[in-house]
Amino acid sequence: MTTVNEKVIYMDNNATSMVAPEVVEAMMPYLTEAYGNPSSMHTFGGQVGAAVKTARQKVATLLGAEPEEITFTSCGTESDSSAILSALRTYPEKRHVITTRVEHPAVKSLCENLETVTGHKYKVTRLKVDSEGMLDMAEYEEALTEDTAIVSVMWANNETGVIFPVEEMARMARQRGILFHTDAVQAVGKIPINLKELDFDFLSLSGHKLHAPKGVGVLYIKRGTLFVPFLTGGHQETGRRGGTENVASIIGLGRACDLAAEKMAEENGRVKMLRDKLEEGLLSRIPKSMLNGHKESRLPNTANISFEYVEGEAILLHMNRHRICASSGSACTSGSLEPSHVLRAMGVPFTAAHGSIRFSLSVYNTEEEVDFVVEKMPDIIESLRNMSPFWKG
Amino acid sequence: MWEYTDKVQQHFLNPHNVGEIDKPSGTGDVGSLACGDALKLTLKIDSDDIITDAKFKTFGCASAIASSSVLTQMVVGMSVDEAAKITNQDIADALGGLPKEKMHCSVMGREALEAAIADYRGLVLPMAEGEVVCECFGVTDLEIIRTIKESSLRSVEEITNFTKAGGGCGKCEDKLRELLQKTVSTTAELPVVKVKSKRMTSLQKIKKIEEVLEREIRPGLRKDGGDIELVDVDGDFVIVSLRGACKSCHKSQTTIKEYVEKKLRELVLESLIVEEEI
Repeated sequence: MTTVNEKVIYMDNNATSMVAPEVVEAMMPYLTEAYGNPSSMHTFGGQVGAAVKTARQKVATLLGAEPEEITFTSCGTESDSSAILSALRTYPEKRHVITTRVEHPAVKSLCENLETVTGHKYKVTRLKVDSEGMLDMAEYEEALTEDTAIVSVMWANNETGVIFPVEEMARMARQRGILFHTDAVQAVGKIPINLKELDFDFLSLSGHKLHAPKGVGVLYIKRGTLFVPFLTGGHQETGRRGGTENVASIIGLGRACDLAAEKMAEENGRVKMLRDKLEEGLLSRIPKSMLNGHKESRLPNTANISFEYVEGEAILLHMNRHRICASSGSACTSGSLEPSHVLRAMGVPFTAAHGSIRFSLSVYNTEEEVDFVVEKMPDIIESLRNMSPFWKG
Repeated sequence: MWEYTDKVQQHFLNPHNVGEIDKPSGTGDVGSLACGDALKLTLKIDSDDIITDAKFKTFGCASAIASSSVLTQMVVGMSVDEAAKITNQDIADALGGLPKEKMHCSVMGREALEAAIADYRGLVLPMAEGEVVCECFGVTDLEIIRTIKESSLRSVEEITNFTKAGGGCGKCEDKLRELLQKTVSTTAELPVVKVKSKRMTSLQKIKKIEEVLEREIRPGLRKDGGDIELVDVDGDFVIVSLRGACKSCHKSQTTIKEYVEKKLRELVLESLIVEEEI
């Protein structure tokens, strides 16, 4: 019999997730006997091409899109870069980009380095967030100008899980003829999406956040939206992304999208309940702890909690002893010397930002695991606080 | 994930001497919440100037806690004069080393010790009197200069790893470079104007190497009746051929590595490797 602390308690699903056993099973033939090239003329390759086509259909179904609107890429970052740079090349005369202060580095770094990447100067508006991580829609509306080439706003924040009103934001952009991209890496599979009803020109997703393997992503390009490829090469992906397809992972992603659709209700039911139980347990048992991010407008699986007067890396390493996996927004865990840009943009005080821990659950978590974490955390925090010169508990 | 030594992990998971000494002989309080790490060190010192007890309270990551813990173990039993000689490198060594990005944790230990000793002796810490260079982390020029000298720092990146200065907004980078140049030239050591590894096209690289050979290297070799020729540049490999007196010189390998390679790394690209044509 295995007890709960003999295996890993994985609550770091916003970093990456377990490859579902069903996904591995679906992939295996394409890592072994069915190794043909989907572009080949022979039946041996052709059958692989048919499987890629099915996978494309599955992804499209999860997103409420058409298969022709799905382009497979290597990761979320590639999808983000492809979308934003395509927009800038499509409208070379427009020199303004709108994004937020809390984007994932995939978008944030690109927007900070547009001049180096494109050779042109761009004005970049980085929308502010309030203390709950929410945007000011009036600021957004004001920022939209005739010179704006693209708006890139994440659907859900990877650190806090906060969900932005991207549907409304996309509508406002479209009314003004401005392209809209959303980095939906954290949202896909966790909240229902129906792109047919939405005004997104581009949407990025990443396989390994929804129980498919690492190394595969998707860029959704709305039918009719002009697109300039990021990787020019062969005719794969109808010329939108050169390079031989990552066949097995694409098939895996297709299967993962099936599963995500099946488990959407569980994600928003049981997983959300577990998350709430974890959150309430920790906040009530540990003094001077607080939730980061809006309580309601949030992914069902994410809880970002600050434990004041202690430092995140130290907390994580103590959790690691109990084989509990999570992340921190502290400076020490990032390799930089400053705490998370997301928490700083929200104005979370330093006393709390350094001690922030992100728990991100999945359908594979159990109530037993949540109970175990709620039981262990108070001692960890207390022992570190007893060591802290700032703790006057 | 950081690669911590077993020693660091032991001291982090089971720290020694946590707490505060009641009526301490000396107290050192360094760092702040905003900085992400802080250490309060209290010492008990007897009438013979021997440290009989040391305790710490630390807010920070594993290496900050481990540095504090090992420091308290090191100083107990030492005379105050002996303890005053402990450097941050001694602390890091006692832990079997620290990741380079975490060296500032050992510096924090040394600073706290120094502050506690100054407090015991009734002295004002000179370090705090300097001019603040890094506003994000409140690091003064005197602290930076001292760490550059003590730990033989050779780049702005190293200054950041050791003192945290420059690790926030980065606005003080030029000032740090200036301090580095000034400090190193007064201590009369190697030149430090390191060229950061940046992307260069092969053509740019070849041109630059030729330039440096002509301007900096050939004059010296020619004086001794020798010469050097650039044969090829392949990625980071620079193939040269020594001529004249250099060719038969038994020190030719030293000339290439110690002189030519050093100069090219300094003035062209840090990653270059110079080899003689076979």
